Amino acid sequence: MSKALSIRQLTKTYGNGFHALKGIDLDVAEGDFFALLGPNGAGKSTTIGILSTLVNKSGGEVSAFGHDLDQDPAGLKRCLGVVPQEFNFNQFEKTFDILVTQAGYYGIPARVAKERAEEYLTQLGLWDKRDTPSRMLSGGMKRRLMIARALIHKPRLLILDEPTAGVDIELRRSMWTFLTELNRQGISIILTTHYLEEAEQLCRNIAIIDHGRIVENTSMRQLLQKLHVETFILDVKQSLSKAPVLAGYPVRLISEHSVEVQVDKSLGINDLFVQLNAQGMEVISMRNKANRLEELFVSLVEKNLAKGKQ
Amino acid sequence: MKSEFSANLIALQTIVNREVRRFTRIWAQTLLPPAITMALYFVIFGNLIGNRIGGMGGFSYMEYIVPGLIMMSVITNSYSNVVSSFFSSKFQRSVEELLVSPVSPHVILIGYACGGILRGLAVAAIVTILSLFFTHMQVHHLGITVLVISLTAAIFALGGFINAVYARNFDDISIVPTFVLTPLTYLGGVFYSIDLLPPFWQGVSMANPILHMVNAFRYGILGVSDIQIGVAVGLMLVAASVLYLWCIHLLKSGRGMRQ
Repeated sequence: MSKALSIRQLTKTYGNGFHALKGIDLDVAEGDFFALLGPNGAGKSTTIGILSTLVNKSGGEVSAFGHDLDQDPAGLKRCLGVVPQEFNFNQFEKTFDILVTQAGYYGIPARVAKERAEEYLTQLGLWDKRDTPSRMLSGGMKRRLMIARALIHKPRLLILDEPTAGVDIELRRSMWTFLTELNRQGISIILTTHYLEEAEQLCRNIAIIDHGRIVENTSMRQLLQKLHVETFILDVKQSLSKAPVLAGYPVRLISEHSVEVQVDKSLGINDLFVQLNAQGMEVISMRNKANRLEELFVSLVEKNLAKGKQ
Repeated sequence: MKSEFSANLIALQTIVNREVRRFTRIWAQTLLPPAITMALYFVIFGNLIGNRIGGMGGFSYMEYIVPGLIMMSVITNSYSNVVSSFFSSKFQRSVEELLVSPVSPHVILIGYACGGILRGLAVAAIVTILSLFFTHMQVHHLGITVLVISLTAAIFALGGFINAVYARNFDDISIVPTFVLTPLTYLGGVFYSIDLLPPFWQGVSMANPILHMVNAFRYGILGVSDIQIGVAVGLMLVAASVLYLWCIHLLKSGRGMRQ
């Protein structure tokens, strides 16, 4: 499969001497839905900044669909649609005009641009706001406007830097549906997000970046298989004064009616219920303490931090 | 190659349209104030005081100052249009819309410069129409008039672009107009002929680039000038070329725009 994005030994040192990227290698296949995760300051936004040419790289090579950033920046830019983390449109321009103007920058004739603007504003539920100056839109509407703007030239690779930050859950889910549909239509997508549930639900492949280095780069399925222990919260009918003793399962009492249980994948979950039954305990509900990816993410980042301290 | 050319042409048209839309949308800030200011100049300097001054360069004082006042409007408006528009887009970060797109630096620069030139020429047209209420005007040399006013507008539009790139806050975009352009314009022969000055100050005045522009334009309108037209046009072409190359260098390096 051809590559939507190829990054080799990418480095970035800012003017103040801060090494934001320390030699990153990354490949994203065409048609992929790819998650780029990392804690704050890890280098995600710097990487995206370099891809969108808003940040000058210090070294390394970047290409998208074969267009090299140094040799053919215009070709690379035509392939990319970027949704930045912060709002960056003209606050005084109308929603519709922002899209038509952006299309014009890509050489799209006004007639086609207007048709596309109508199409995307409608799909993203903003058509009735077409004559509203962008500063009058709500936060969620502004996020959707940035997605529409990034799509107006029909990019082959869409890069979204925390697109659902500060968006309510209903809107977030509708954006997931929209992005999934775009990906199904063949648009490759790179997503950074702090909502790990979002990455787990949407993305097929994942890279975790920390302190300017890639600490994990694999498929979501393989990464989740690395999770040996999951923590569950069980709500029980009986009142508990102390945590029950369950052989092979560490248990902690959280409240009168709930306990936290660590389940090793090798043991499975059936025996847990057998033991609870034997003690006459009735489980009302059960849920993950944290998102599975979140547990892995935290352990990987902590491991990398410990390595850095040594 | 052809499709790239037409794409750049559409991009240029888009930037120019956006710039024109901007200054016409806020006409009360951009087109009205120079009209009021220049009308006051015509009434006070041209009519009330001018009648007591008498003639200058073989023309009535009002006729003499009209070309200078038109140039004054062009200089101020071309400069301030680009400096405020480009700095605002940097401040709001909407300049990133342009930087992530495949638009060439030349197209970005020409687009912004055209916006400044068009505002300068729009204000020049308004001031010219206003001046007709106070004096009659004839154009001595149309070619020189159009060339000089266009080159002047282009030079100050490019100057405004450079100012906007270096500016870090709104104070930085008002320093040059207040402390450089205004004194140079007032001392640039708008209101007087340098023949009135002692020889030493005549020599000093020759170092003022605005003197050359104002006099070249005055030659186009009235046929009189304190300077040689060929030298003035040559200097303007050199200035425009140097400023253009400087702007392109700034855009390519991403100064103040890219990290």
